[in-house]
Amino acid sequence: MLNEHASNISSIEHSGIEPFSRTLSRHGLQLNRNNTHTLQVNLGIRCNQTCGHCHLNAGPGRKENMDPGIIREIISYAQRSKFETIDITGGAPELNPNIGMMIEEVFSLCPRIMLRSNLSALNDGRREYLFELLKAHRIVIVASFPSLNEAQTDSQRGDRIFQTTIDALKKLNAMGYGHEGSGLELSLVSNPTGAFLPPNQAQTEKRFRQVLKRKWGIVFNNLFNFANVPLGRFRQWLVETNNLDNYMGKLYSSFNPCSVDGLMCRSLVSVSWDGYLYDCDFNLARELFMGGHKIHVSEMSGPPPPHSHIATADHCYTCTAGSGFT
Amino acid sequence: METYYKPEDLSKFEDIGKDSPKLTQKFFEYYGAVFAEGELTEREKSLIALAVAHTVQCPYCIDAYTQDCLEKGSNMAEMTEAVHVATAIRGGASLVHGVQMRNIAEKITM
Repeated sequence: MLNEHASNISSIEHSGIEPFSRTLSRHGLQLNRNNTHTLQVNLGIRCNQTCGHCHLNAGPGRKENMDPGIIREIISYAQRSKFETIDITGGAPELNPNIGMMIEEVFSLCPRIMLRSNLSALNDGRREYLFELLKAHRIVIVASFPSLNEAQTDSQRGDRIFQTTIDALKKLNAMGYGHEGSGLELSLVSNPTGAFLPPNQAQTEKRFRQVLKRKWGIVFNNLFNFANVPLGRFRQWLVETNNLDNYMGKLYSSFNPCSVDGLMCRSLVSVSWDGYLYDCDFNLARELFMGGHKIHVSEMSGPPPPHSHIATADHCYTCTAGSGFT
Repeated sequence: METYYKPEDLSKFEDIGKDSPKLTQKFFEYYGAVFAEGELTEREKSLIALAVAHTVQCPYCIDAYTQDCLEKGSNMAEMTEAVHVATAIRGGASLVHGVQMRNIAEKITM
């Protein structure tokens, strides 16, 4: 993966956007940790899809997958750290053959386990055991669902993905996911399908709730809007289509100093498939180690301490745009 | 190539206030109030604005509201229908005046 940091600093200043750290200083802000209560585990960047907005360049050809040895290190880390949430992500985490082992070992270690899923990997006909496991341990499913429009969804995520996703959501609903009071939480995540910012989250949730129910009988608990982070495949697309400067300009001009307090990196630590720590998944994509120092999960005695420094770069303008996206 | 319309001019819209600041302020306050969520959602208003932009054929508005519609959660299918609404109304406005034509012709024709 490219080290984009140095080259992007020069491209940012050329386009008139000051470095993120300087913007923070100008507003009298520092980005330091609060109490870290979430452990995000990236099981690998192998994926069955090649989504256009992917910040990790995940895809079927990627070989980076977490091995059982690292999983055992993470389980041990979770045991000594007492996290409130463990957030399992990828690539497509379902494609890691050890995901079942991971879930079985961690579900008793913290009150909330989340699985981020593109739904097409989960529902490919080869993972019925995983559906049962998720339900048995009440794993929160956070599913990608960018748009109510088939063409718009497929343009970002690949042919027939919209219909595959609808089928998977119906299956999850039939199992009890997404229904009020079932204890089986199903959340949707919507990303824009291009170089523009997401709409208002509350309005989007209201509309998605109405249309999904009316057209397909689908229900869910929550919806979250995330802006696309200018890294990985998405950044490559922005450069190729001459959209990078405008997009960075939108993020920069939308900087909201009030969003800094609630940024997810202040309470989350991310672990890569090879066991190294990052302040968030986006810093992982950028190979920007936690606090700027390379440290392995086996070296950590507990969560990163409060007030420790968080590494930043230009992509951080994504999470601080408007009301913030965390 | 020389052209009357340059996309970068859209960002200079507020410069119009330099020689009439009070009127400009009133206009932009009204503008902001019009597009705020009311009985109609922000997304519905943005689609209406897109249709009107095509009616008056303002390239600045077409640029701004194409982006705004997408940022309000719309998509090409909805936006294309909105352009067709503008087309139907404009076309319909011509066609319905044909009633005048028929009235006049029928009066003076045996």
